[in-house]
Amino acid sequence: MTTVALKPATMAQALTRALRDAMAADPTVHVMGEDVGTLGGVFRVTDGLAKEFGEDRCTDTPLAEAGILGTAVGMAMYGLRPVVEMQFDAFAYPAFEQLISHVSRMRNRTRGAMPLPLTIRVPYGGGIGGVEHHSDSSEAYYMATPGLHVVTPATVADAYGLLRAAIASDDPVVFLEPKRLYWSKDSWNPEHPMDVEPIGRAMVRRSGGSATLVTYGPSVPVCLEAAEAARAEGWDLEVVDLRSLVPFDDETVCASVRRTGRAVVVHESGGFGGPGGEIAARVTERCFHHLEAPVLRVAGFDIPYPPPMLERHHLPGVDRILDAVGRLQWEAES
Amino acid sequence: MTVMEQRGGYRPSPPPAWQPRTDPAPLLPDAEPYRVLGTEAAAKADPALLRRLYAELVRGRRYNVQATALTKQGRLAVYPSSTGQEACQVAAALALKERDWLFPSYRDTLAAVARGLDPVQALTLLRGDWHTGYDPHEHRVAPLCTPLATQLPHAVGLAHAARLKGDDVVALAMVGDGGSSEGDFHEALNFAAVWRAPVVFLVQNNGFAISVPLAKQTAAPSLAHKAVGYGMPGRLVDGNDAAAVHEVLTDAVRSAREGGGPTLIEAITYRVDAHTNADDATRYRGDAEVAAWRAHDPIALLEHELTERGLLDDDAIRAARDAAETMAADLRERMNQDPVLDPMDLFAHVYAEPTGQLREQRAQLQAELHAEQEGGH
Ligand SMILES: Cc1ncc(C[n+]2csc(CCOP(=O)(O)OP(=O)(O)O)c2C)c(N)n1
Ligand SMILES: [Mg+2]
Repeated sequence: MTTVALKPATMAQALTRALRDAMAADPTVHVMGEDVGTLGGVFRVTDGLAKEFGEDRCTDTPLAEAGILGTAVGMAMYGLRPVVEMQFDAFAYPAFEQLISHVSRMRNRTRGAMPLPLTIRVPYGGGIGGVEHHSDSSEAYYMATPGLHVVTPATVADAYGLLRAAIASDDPVVFLEPKRLYWSKDSWNPEHPMDVEPIGRAMVRRSGGSATLVTYGPSVPVCLEAAEAARAEGWDLEVVDLRSLVPFDDETVCASVRRTGRAVVVHESGGFGGPGGEIAARVTERCFHHLEAPVLRVAGFDIPYPPPMLERHHLPGVDRILDAVGRLQWEAES
Repeated sequence: MTVMEQRGGYRPSPPPAWQPRTDPAPLLPDAEPYRVLGTEAAAKADPALLRRLYAELVRGRRYNVQATALTKQGRLAVYPSSTGQEACQVAAALALKERDWLFPSYRDTLAAVARGLDPVQALTLLRGDWHTGYDPHEHRVAPLCTPLATQLPHAVGLAHAARLKGDDVVALAMVGDGGSSEGDFHEALNFAAVWRAPVVFLVQNNGFAISVPLAKQTAAPSLAHKAVGYGMPGRLVDGNDAAAVHEVLTDAVRSAREGGGPTLIEAITYRVDAHTNADDATRYRGDAEVAAWRAHDPIALLEHELTERGLLDDDAIRAARDAAETMAADLRERMNQDPVLDPMDLFAHVYAEPTGQLREQRAQLQAELHAEQEGGH
């Protein structure tokens, strides 16, 4: 048996590799967006693709997000598989009409005759010191739109596997890339990058019996750090990485909560109307009799995303997570 | 380095060379809308084509009248009539080849029917039993599009994709004068021109966006002039002259097919009926204006031309009207049957595979329906 040495790679590199492999495997895959060609994207995720596959396959479009997504819809109608890059979370908003009125509905509108197999990559989230409009967590908008899948990786391996799956999906997928994890490193096997992950399965990143932290994307490493810190308090926390917000993996989440009896949902997005409310409701509806405490949320504040010099106060951190864990009615047990 | 820093050493230098990227002159629309009927150009028009256009116009008018009547009988939720605009509707369909694609707006049911769509299926959206009643691939007609101008970038993308694949396909996208103010109009035209996509944009300027007249919509010399800013030709045509619209569209489609890129066509026409059956047009326009446009009726214009030139006799007129009546009778009869509805369809096509929660909700509705049936007996 030969073993291939594992090499460290960044999430950005894994995403590039996923795009490249998808384009090589399927000539209908087209990458398009602002600066994705010659420059390789502002985060360099499309680096080298225009050179390797030509500008017809990796296209610098005019600067207009609705136009990018709208033309991608037409391309998908004709049998192509466009992968659209939105330059930043907040700059995807001009494309919302196309996204909501057409991308999410075309399959349904045409009773399945005209599915739209397109992937919309959106760098999202804060923690990179970005000035206004560069740090939004927009997942709640996407989750609230039936017809879209919403996926977000937290690890290098998932960045590859989930992006491949998103591109292979016959449904539109909003692929949220936690931009502060772009440069996070992990070891992987470049010969067999990763398996293509099925969309819709959560994963237990850390097992523990005291309580469950339900989280995704940029908050996964924060939760893992919190779980380590919690050992000092005598808590053994389980961390569930959702990976896919739509479809939602009730099974994995509820199995964990039934085991631990306590749950905290952690995300950067604002709490009010945010994903945590939905998740807490689903957990409560399904696991009520297993719960020792109400499901709590640690979320960003309900404010416009703060300026970079203040963002650390906004982002859920280890202390805030541990505070929430501490409020899970432990007294009742002793 | 600033002038201060190199005091005395700086000599102003001219800006790097600039020149216009394209010569705007050939892109400009003519001063007058192009006309064929009643002009010398009419003699050159193919009589068979004119007769075909005539029969389609008569059928189209009858379709509009019948569909409007169906709203009164409660068989259609709403109908945005294209009465007065039939020349644009019919010419749009006839200017395309089989393999080409049509991207209609919500008012363009008739264009879809003229392209070969089943008249009942074309009304599914307006009857309300589903959002689209046909497989778009069958006649290469995209779903009738309600959010204004949002279908335009789809047409551009499809045309672009076809060209990338090496297919000889043109897309024709239809939009109203009001829709031309939307951002998607701008973005679609810009993408089309930059990509030199084989797409043709047909703006039916029918004077109104519901109640709002063109003067409140734009300060441009004409909508066709907007083309120049994108670097594509703009064409103005009398939208009630079926021969002229057909010719201008056919030229633009040919140019797109031959690699000449997109064209923007503004057809000057008039929405003779109210915005929809639910609208009261007397609140925003006078009878005299409507009467003037009724006198420039697309069917009357073509009928006059053809009879004057001995290309259409009473028998042919009667034949066209009879064919239209047959279509209307069939439409009436079929629309008077209740559509077959299956509430489970609500969950069937949201995704390729329903998510867990959709499966749960489907089961819930199924149980509710079951209980309803039990209760009913
Ligand atoms: C994005 C959007 N905004 C508003 C409407 C509501 N609406 C339907 S038709 C219409 C007027 C459209 O005018 P025009 O583009 O000139 O087309 P016409 O009705 O004259 O064919 C409006 C405002 C809509 N359908 N879509
Ligand atoms: Mg109008």
